[in-house]
Amino acid sequence: MSGVHVTTTVNGDAVEFVCPPNEPLLDVLRNRLGLTGAKEGCGTGDCGACSVTVDDRLVCSCLVLGAEVEGRSVSTVEGMADGADLHPLQSKFIEHAALQCGICTPGFLVAAKALLDRNDDPSETEIRYALAGNLCRCTGYDKIVRAVDDAAKDIRKAKAKAATKTAKAKAKKAAAK
Amino acid sequence: MSDNNQNTNFTNQEFKVVGSRPERPDGIDKVTGRALYGADTYAPGQLVGAILRSPHAHAKIKSIDTSKAEKLKGVKAVLTSKDLPDLVGGAGPNYDILVNCMARDRALYDGHAVAAVAAIDENTARKALKLIKVDYKILPHVTDVDEARKPNAPIVQPGTRTANVEPAPTKDSNIAARNQFGHGDVDEGFKQADVIIEKTYKTEQTHQGYIEPHACLASVGPDGSGELWVTTQGHYTFRTVCSTLLGLDIAKLKVTSSEIGGGFGGKTHVWMEPVALGLSRKANRPVKVVMSREEVFRASGPTASTSMDIKIGATRDGRITAATADLRYQGGPFPGMWGLLGAMTSFACYNLPNVKTVAWDILVNRPKVAAYRAPSAPMAAFGVESTMDLVADAIGMSPVDFRMLNAAREGTRASYGPTYGPIGILPTLEAVKNHPHMTAPLGPNQGRGMACGFWFNFGGQTATDLNISTDGTVNLTIGTVDVGGSRASMSLIAAEELGISYDEIKCNIGDTNSLGHNDTTEGSRGTFSSGMATIFAARQAIDVMRERAAQKWEIPVEEVEWKDGEAHAVGVHHSNLIPLSLKEIAKASPRTGGPIAGHNETVADNAGVSFASHICDVEVDPETGSTRVIRYTVVQDAGKAIHPQYVEGQFQGAAAQGIGWALNEEYIYGEDGRLQNAGFLDYRIPVCSDLPFIDTKILEIPNPDHPYGVRGVGETSIVPPLAAIGSAVSNAVGVRMDHVPMSPPRIRAALKAQAASEKAVSAG
Ligand code: FES
Ligand code: FES
Repeated sequence: MSGVHVTTTVNGDAVEFVCPPNEPLLDVLRNRLGLTGAKEGCGTGDCGACSVTVDDRLVCSCLVLGAEVEGRSVSTVEGMADGADLHPLQSKFIEHAALQCGICTPGFLVAAKALLDRNDDPSETEIRYALAGNLCRCTGYDKIVRAVDDAAKDIRKAKAKAATKTAKAKAKKAAAK
Repeated sequence: MSDNNQNTNFTNQEFKVVGSRPERPDGIDKVTGRALYGADTYAPGQLVGAILRSPHAHAKIKSIDTSKAEKLKGVKAVLTSKDLPDLVGGAGPNYDILVNCMARDRALYDGHAVAAVAAIDENTARKALKLIKVDYKILPHVTDVDEARKPNAPIVQPGTRTANVEPAPTKDSNIAARNQFGHGDVDEGFKQADVIIEKTYKTEQTHQGYIEPHACLASVGPDGSGELWVTTQGHYTFRTVCSTLLGLDIAKLKVTSSEIGGGFGGKTHVWMEPVALGLSRKANRPVKVVMSREEVFRASGPTASTSMDIKIGATRDGRITAATADLRYQGGPFPGMWGLLGAMTSFACYNLPNVKTVAWDILVNRPKVAAYRAPSAPMAAFGVESTMDLVADAIGMSPVDFRMLNAAREGTRASYGPTYGPIGILPTLEAVKNHPHMTAPLGPNQGRGMACGFWFNFGGQTATDLNISTDGTVNLTIGTVDVGGSRASMSLIAAEELGISYDEIKCNIGDTNSLGHNDTTEGSRGTFSSGMATIFAARQAIDVMRERAAQKWEIPVEEVEWKDGEAHAVGVHHSNLIPLSLKEIAKASPRTGGPIAGHNETVADNAGVSFASHICDVEVDPETGSTRVIRYTVVQDAGKAIHPQYVEGQFQGAAAQGIGWALNEEYIYGEDGRLQNAGFLDYRIPVCSDLPFIDTKILEIPNPDHPYGVRGVGETSIVPPLAAIGSAVSNAVGVRMDHVPMSPPRIRAALKAQAASEKAVSAG
């Protein structure tokens, strides 16, 4: 099988690879790019352990072909923290003990981030349904839901703080004029 | 308690850090994707291994032609059972593992491995599997536990004669063994009963459902030494089994446990690891084998399916006079201990004058059964606890009061033999009785149930090392794996003993080259046994540090005591001696006698039994039979919770698995003996939107045989949910379910049958 040459962006970095046309994105990430954060729990789209976003859309990377991400932007759990600063979801997962074995955690974090990026104030039910595509066998989901809820609070607080800051700066600027 | 562990009596001590909730030390690795699991490593020159599996439930393997596969470009090794000769004498547990990892003359179940290949990539390996020609002669099969007991059933393993029956049987059967427990005279006891309830129950086969499939990276060199990186609950056991099957020296096989993506008992057993090692030996290259989810379901062990008859008799004032259980557990095609464990656990919660439990181990053409969290206990508890509710109802007592009246306590002779020390069943029942959940209002089609559960817990062989660096930070190396936060618990224990901060401890899981043998992380033993070994290792290191201080002060070591992370000279005549901190002693160590370390090798006995009582509310849709758990409360005795957050996590996870088992999960076999739902789409485990928050209450009734009072906590809470949900369904819609899972079709059928019988009654 001759390979397909793909140019794309992964976690903000320009990336090139060659893969067989039938190779899932998950295998490309794990075996060609060394990004083993996304896990294979099923390979059939049923467990969410392989969750990544492609152009901000949440997908199961086991169901996307590597060849399909040409010219797109892929984000994985490895790209979630800002240097040494963890994303609020990452900190809250640790704080709430929302992981036991941790194999499902990368998928949950990516899926939860996709939820909070579009809705930073989800109800418990919204959280539960947004994460219904991710299986966790260890936790019974209790602490996961609490961690996501708590992270949403942090994100809202940070946004409010940023908003007052810009408002203040604007007011200052206006006053200076 | 073994002799080298004196001083283990519970001391009622005050704890400084044990019982707090610090963040786990491996948290950042696990939220950033840095942690390496079974499938996450790579070795130079690595090949991909793949396994060909039988499509038949039972077949004679007449021949296997691998010649075409061998000739395919990129194929480096093809393996059949011929490459794994029998080095273990043709019988016993290791032989069963050998037969299970690669079929010899017969395929024993749908999914049984028959050949394997190692190739340069996945595509080539898959292609090669298709080129292997297996000539099968299909044999009659049996997959149902009750069918397999019938005299005319196809024989799964010729030569099987039921063990422990007198006189010894003269004919082959699928009944591998009989086991009996109990005391008193049950016939006499039933004579004293005012009410006797007898009922038959059935439970279907479920899988542990860990999200990480089995995966390993094996490498064996021509010199007979090898390495195995593997997701496992027991790398030392894997080392022993694999080297025995392959004829390697135990010390020359280094097994490293990767981070483990869930096990729940399923990763205590060796599956395809000998095959990976065999392929590597043949190809002389590292070989990685990762099971697909379908393979996990078809060929790595689920728990037993069962059928059982439970009989309980009681007086009108609520005293149980006699109880019996006849239990049938299928173990797949190999004998196991599954019936035995069912017979031991079934009535363990109660104080019974007359009790008898008999269990039968049955062979069928299904995958080799493996441990699943409190193995065998949930099924027996479903039958016993459901019957307990029926008896309570018949004599007009509340289920909780009836259980409290008959609960085992300190001094009770357990139905499986021993006499209990201090135990927690009664306190959990009291907590349930007084819990606000018990009196909360219920809506239409909603019902509440409660049930109890028991698990033994296990200690076992344990070896632990503790090394103090010259800057005073500490490496703690343990040999049990971290399945759900135990590095945090172990670090807390070391910090507690040494009197330093949690952050100054680095807890590692040692590979098989770095510690003595550690038994598999099973039986909820991680925190109990490695915790105990950590305490003794730390105390040994403290003794070394006391000596160093005594040496410096030139006083007898008896006059030095360790307090709050410092050596203190005792007595007023030493008041001029300023205490020496761990840091100071560590810093001076190169000049005072060298490295400071403590280690402990032990058999940690008396793990301390644990009990749980659960409350559950469900809502049943009478139209569809679909059932939702709307509120759930777990009360369990932890002995002492080292890190309460992770103890709660164990309770919640166990309850969630029990809920899945009760309502949805089951292996479905077709007439052809093939598994029909080998995937997460059709074998549906609970998802986030299926469950409510799971409330927990940790009780602490100390285990007198652990220095901190710890009991195992991981398993007990999978035991009560089946019955708690069964009773809740019964209270919601008035049908008593006797078959688990209580899936929508089964509940609908029960509702229909009930409506029909009501109609018949009113018509009559
Ligand atoms: S591995 Fe992609 S959904 Fe399970
Ligand atoms: S933490 Fe183990 S599967 Fe979720």
